[in-house]
Amino acid sequence: MTRTPSRRSFLQTTGMLVASAAAISLEGVEAFLQQAATPAGPYPDIDFLQLDSWIVIRPDNTATFFVGKTDLGQGTGTAFRQIMADELDIKFENTTCIMGATDTTPDQGGSGGSDALQTDGYPMRRVAAEARRVLLDMAAQHLNVPVTSLAVSDGVVRTTIGDTADREVTYGELIGGKKFNVTLSGRNVDATTGKAPLKSVKDMPNVGRSPRRDDIPAKVNGSQRWAVDMKVPGMLHARHVRPPMVGATLKAIDEASVKDVPGLVRVISRGNYVAVVCEREEQAIRAARQLKIEWTPPATAPFPSSENLFTFMRAATPSSASEPSVVGDMAAGFAGAATTIEANYDVPFQGHTSFGPAHAMADPSNGQLTIYSNDMKSYGMRAGVAQFLKIPKEKIRVVWMHGPQAYGRTAADDAGFEAAFLATELGRPVRVQWSRQEETAWDTKGPAYAVTMKGGLDAKGQLVALDYDARAADFNHVGYNEHDTVLISQLMGQRKTPARGRASYPSDKYGVPNRRMAGSVVPMPLAWETPVRMGNLRDPDGPQVTFASESFIDELAFAAKADPLAFRLALLERGTGDDSGFKRARSIACIKAAAEKFGWDTRPSPKSRGTGDIATGRGVAYAYRSETVAVEIVEVDVNRRTGHVWVKRIVCAHDCGLVINPEAATRTLEGGLLHSVSRALHEEARFDESKMLTVDWVTSPTLTHADVPERIDIVHVNGDPNPNRPDLRHYGAGETVCKPMLAAVANAIFDATGVRMRRLPFTAPRVLAALKA
Amino acid sequence: MAAINLLVNGMRHTVEVEPSTPLLYVLRNDLDLAGPKFGCGLGQCGACTVLIRGEAVRSCVRPVSQVQNVEITTLEGLAKSGQLDPIQQAWIDEQVPACGFCQNGQILTAKALLDKNPNPTDAQIRDGMKNTLCRCMTYYRINAAVKLAAQRRNA
Repeated sequence: MTRTPSRRSFLQTTGMLVASAAAISLEGVEAFLQQAATPAGPYPDIDFLQLDSWIVIRPDNTATFFVGKTDLGQGTGTAFRQIMADELDIKFENTTCIMGATDTTPDQGGSGGSDALQTDGYPMRRVAAEARRVLLDMAAQHLNVPVTSLAVSDGVVRTTIGDTADREVTYGELIGGKKFNVTLSGRNVDATTGKAPLKSVKDMPNVGRSPRRDDIPAKVNGSQRWAVDMKVPGMLHARHVRPPMVGATLKAIDEASVKDVPGLVRVISRGNYVAVVCEREEQAIRAARQLKIEWTPPATAPFPSSENLFTFMRAATPSSASEPSVVGDMAAGFAGAATTIEANYDVPFQGHTSFGPAHAMADPSNGQLTIYSNDMKSYGMRAGVAQFLKIPKEKIRVVWMHGPQAYGRTAADDAGFEAAFLATELGRPVRVQWSRQEETAWDTKGPAYAVTMKGGLDAKGQLVALDYDARAADFNHVGYNEHDTVLISQLMGQRKTPARGRASYPSDKYGVPNRRMAGSVVPMPLAWETPVRMGNLRDPDGPQVTFASESFIDELAFAAKADPLAFRLALLERGTGDDSGFKRARSIACIKAAAEKFGWDTRPSPKSRGTGDIATGRGVAYAYRSETVAVEIVEVDVNRRTGHVWVKRIVCAHDCGLVINPEAATRTLEGGLLHSVSRALHEEARFDESKMLTVDWVTSPTLTHADVPERIDIVHVNGDPNPNRPDLRHYGAGETVCKPMLAAVANAIFDATGVRMRRLPFTAPRVLAALKA
Repeated sequence: MAAINLLVNGMRHTVEVEPSTPLLYVLRNDLDLAGPKFGCGLGQCGACTVLIRGEAVRSCVRPVSQVQNVEITTLEGLAKSGQLDPIQQAWIDEQVPACGFCQNGQILTAKALLDKNPNPTDAQIRDGMKNTLCRCMTYYRINAAVKLAAQRRNA
């Protein structure tokens, strides 16, 4: 494509989206504020088949990489610079990376699935390698020597033979400020490639190093401009009024009730969507509180109360079923079992409850629409908003900016659409900010699961039959930025047909001769316009599924009078299925590495009980996700007097293939582990039969500093069991560690107390009741 | 509306707002200070923390009329003469933030904590920081960074 003036000026002026090694200067902030002046548009797609769309090299021998990803705080932007700098052969410190602005960076889909390095890292490496190849060709011409006689390091190309030796030319001299004009190939963005081969990992000096994350200084010194800080002249502030009873219909708005609010611009409603728009933020907050609305309650309850959820789910008629997975002969397996056990596991709805409530700013200047958002999928938002507002995609750009906690489909999607709608209605820039109560009540939830497990052991204590049957309340699963399932669209009544949803299965490499996995989706009475709405939450379904499957493996180990870790190792070693991806071998390696780091003493659970208030125990659980394996061992203190559980030590053995930035990976895993501890101990979206009861940090508690573990050890297990593979691939890191934790904590509580917790979360009152039962 | 006089990071400002307006919105929207963040508006999470007379104060529930002419310090005002506060430097050295949205509150709460108690025990850090939430769960690293900062301040 032809590079547009807007892209050029963006390069020259932007401060905030450029991830640079240095702290962002004051000039950078000023430039950022100027950037708010909307380029005229339109905003055509960036052509991923043009090398110029990915890499710009300046006369001063610095490079900027353009990638269609977003960094939610995992340091992926820094890792992209590491691998692209290595393939290009330029100094890491001389690179910057721009991410996720739909009119500036090629569409790599934004973020999701922890696959930034596993999937998107490869086209990034290939285009950087291609740029190096093209530059070496140019250098050969420039120096009038064969390309085979050239060597390059840090963006300087030198001749190495004969009387031409020591002549050199920099990348900046060769192409600085000019375009490559090189067309790439590939049927989609993930397949983008040039002609150059990838380097061998041993020739990538930045891989395995941990340069510091480039976004941290500005976040620590206060100079970072986030999506939440975006402002332009004439910008208005919007707040919402949501239905007080779920499923209620708007009957009448008393606009007189807010006529004394200074700065009120307009009350806007469409269907059951209501917003107040004011000149100032505190005015919008007041107007939203003060606005009187008459609502007609729904004829039937939208859902059962969360207290009765699992009874309801187990009795409900499923709306759809997943294809069962069956190995062997279940009836024969159970018939041959000496011992059969069965157990139910219940996981409630859990919300994202993002630390920063949803927000976005939309600017309709110049007859175009620019949306500033922290949504991790800026490209999807652009396409969705175009459909929702029925305006051409080319008139819309979404500029991704840093934002709070986004681990999946958060309400950032919804806020982007709302800002776009209000800005279009008013013809002025509008900033939408959800309240805390709105965020906690109305964000998307991870689906509740009610799982029944059944297992049979033979006389020697070997697992001969294993049955997993899940009921998932994934009845209204909203995708990312869908024009007919975002909240505003639901409240406008645009979506009528139900979403199919899914019930997911365990992911392990155990060898079980007879095994069935089955699942179905069960509906709540109200499918749309409800805060009980499902969306991907950090390893969607994995924590729920693995809580059931890995708790039950412990129960089987107990029935077999076996050590739970040795029991798992034996199950893995019995596996006979295809292991071409080495997941079984790598699972075994991770279990052994975790056991060694923890200092695991081999014995059956539970531990013999002491007499004091504090009972201590340890638990293990394991899972894989895609190609990545995680084994977690935790040590807990259970207070027998109060029921309080403290996860005081965590060991996680993790294999995600090649680790690009070990420090950033370690931090990412620590955060994922502790978020999962929070889900294990605290988190549940609670509701009565008409409304959400969890609406803030008092009603919806989370893990705090008070319960930080004493010690967390991450063991990166990265041996490649394939001797014929020259280089380890880089897989995903992040979400895998969210799978095993809930079961690991339950297993540790059992080890400490002999009490099996089968319903999340393990709050102090719930644990105390179980101890007394 | 009333004229409100504020002293923020050593600079005097006069703003015309409703006296009941929470300090947070004036800092963010009138004074263009982006350090303090809106997290709950209820004083529960700590994202909006500022320092007032050395105390960590939640600006989302503090009416602007109550903090006139007292020295208010935001994250932007923590560095002195271009030199990061040792706490900020410890945050960088420990690579604490994930998304980073809560870190304004973490850093300023730690500052108030260490100014009062230069040698906090592990239990005192847990207790002093427990009402400042982080949903990326960087607590483990915050704990380490507070200890590192304390060590350097005392060196």
